[in-house]
Amino acid sequence: MVIAVDNLSLRVSGFDLLRDLSFVANAGEVTVVVGPNGAGKSSLLKVLVGDLVQTSGEVRLNHRELASWAVGDKARILAALPQHSVLNFPFTAAEVVHLGRIPHRTGIQRDAQIVDRALARVDAKYLQKRFYTQMSGGERQRVQLARVLAQISEPSSLGERFLILDEPTSAFDLAHQQLTLALVRELAGSGIGVVMVLHDLNLAARCADKILVLDGGRIAAQGTPAEVLTRAVIDQVFGVDVEIGEHPITHQLMVIS
Amino acid sequence: MRYVAPQVLIAALLSALLGVLCLALTLGTVELSVGDLWRTLIGQAQGPRADNFHTIVFDIRLPRILLALCIGAILALSGAVMQGLFRNPLADPSLIGVSSGASVGASLAIVFSAGLLQTNAWMGLSVVAFGAFAGGLLATLLVYRLATSEFGTSVTTMLLAGIAIGAIAGSLNGLLSYFSNDALLRQMSIWQMGNLSTANWSRLLPVAVALCVLLVALPRVGLALNALLLGESEARHLGINVQRVKRQLIVATALGIGMAVAVAGLIGFVGLVVPHLIRLLIGPDHRWLLPASALGGAMLLIIADTLARVVASPAELPIGILTALIGAPLFIGLLVRQRRELQLW
Repeated sequence: MVIAVDNLSLRVSGFDLLRDLSFVANAGEVTVVVGPNGAGKSSLLKVLVGDLVQTSGEVRLNHRELASWAVGDKARILAALPQHSVLNFPFTAAEVVHLGRIPHRTGIQRDAQIVDRALARVDAKYLQKRFYTQMSGGERQRVQLARVLAQISEPSSLGERFLILDEPTSAFDLAHQQLTLALVRELAGSGIGVVMVLHDLNLAARCADKILVLDGGRIAAQGTPAEVLTRAVIDQVFGVDVEIGEHPITHQLMVIS
Repeated sequence: MRYVAPQVLIAALLSALLGVLCLALTLGTVELSVGDLWRTLIGQAQGPRADNFHTIVFDIRLPRILLALCIGAILALSGAVMQGLFRNPLADPSLIGVSSGASVGASLAIVFSAGLLQTNAWMGLSVVAFGAFAGGLLATLLVYRLATSEFGTSVTTMLLAGIAIGAIAGSLNGLLSYFSNDALLRQMSIWQMGNLSTANWSRLLPVAVALCVLLVALPRVGLALNALLLGESEARHLGINVQRVKRQLIVATALGIGMAVAVAGLIGFVGLVVPHLIRLLIGPDHRWLLPASALGGAMLLIIADTLARVVASPAELPIGILTALIGAPLFIGLLVRQRRELQLW
């Protein structure tokens, strides 16, 4: 069960934003999309969640054409965390996370447990009764993350679950970046497919099963971090001369610029 | 911090509304005692003034108070819905031009259906109401297109659009008055002054029907409105059919505002003040906010209308003046607060 993208192209008002993308994002794996600004990362995520419709090509979610999913069904297995949020009303953190349960009919008690657990997982339990409008950027982002966790927290009869994250760590301090990456790994471990955009190549190297490098709307490279994060690719795509090293303790791949 | 549980607030508002209703029935140029009122209501009034009391209660005060109740509830409901739809607590039908749009629609309807208005009051009112509905709908669509984008709602654009529509409405209304004959002019100006003093049972009926439609339709969209506060695509990702809900909400508010404007003229700020206060008490969850706002708006307008009747008795103040007097300072306070919040960033 996968998100399968085949020959996807997207043209918006005369501009080719995405050209001939083909890749697969498996359930239980973390697929990280990287690339310079304007490479088409956000456009790709928008197509994957159904906000934009491709000009040509095919996107299949659990073997069914994405566009043929009913909105309500799709919401039970696919959750998306946007980069910015426009929420401007004084919901408490718990209430925001409760919104993630809208697609489900699991009852008040079960929902409350799920919300509690989601808040705890992003270290936002202490925010529970605070107003969203009075939180810092990082706190808001964590609460939103908890919301999408709550949305797909339980297995569904509709198939594998997927989580689409657009730069989830952008507003986070170091500790919460680490926490988020650990959480993402844990989610993948529980069978959820994660597709996320990251800017930091080292963060990508540490948590990705597969990296997708976008450049000018095309896939410049895809594969495991070791296959993709090479001097040649980074030079070609980002125009930056880097060294590829190894973390002294974890032996994970590191991009040193 | 939230102060009250929503269920408690709604129960409190319901009982307060009943109390206010009874009080409003006793107050006026002729003051009734509670005993008189009770005996009149159950048809047991005796004595030389019994007939008088009956006329005052059933023909004058009750339809007027019920009209205030319906219109207050409609305005507050529409305000609450609009703020959710625009994802901004400052959206108010009278501030963003929806009421102005409705007023132009109503004026046009008055001018072009002059004949009907004089011959058949019922037909006349429905034509004016339809005009107001169409005008309100156009204005809502226009402001919504202008002010909302995927990055949220621009308060500036929203309020500026309101000013622009208000200006267009003002000039169109002026133009219509300029070219009307005396009889039409009189009708339009009476209508524009807008108050509840023309209330009677036949004017109450369509408003009550509109309120019932809204009360039946809106609670079902409570969850959808909550999700919409997150943004349109976020709501879609939560399984909400955003286009359909938006269309329903825009039509519903235009219907409510159009009906209120057609019957009672321009009454501002109720849609801003009431949902704001309710949100302070129980939070923004629309499943509770909508019914509580309806009750609060009903109560506020009954109080304002009673004051309008009593303060300068036997003369009357236009009710729009009173609601603006309460609402405008609160609106300025909200602006100040929002400014302060923005500067924190």
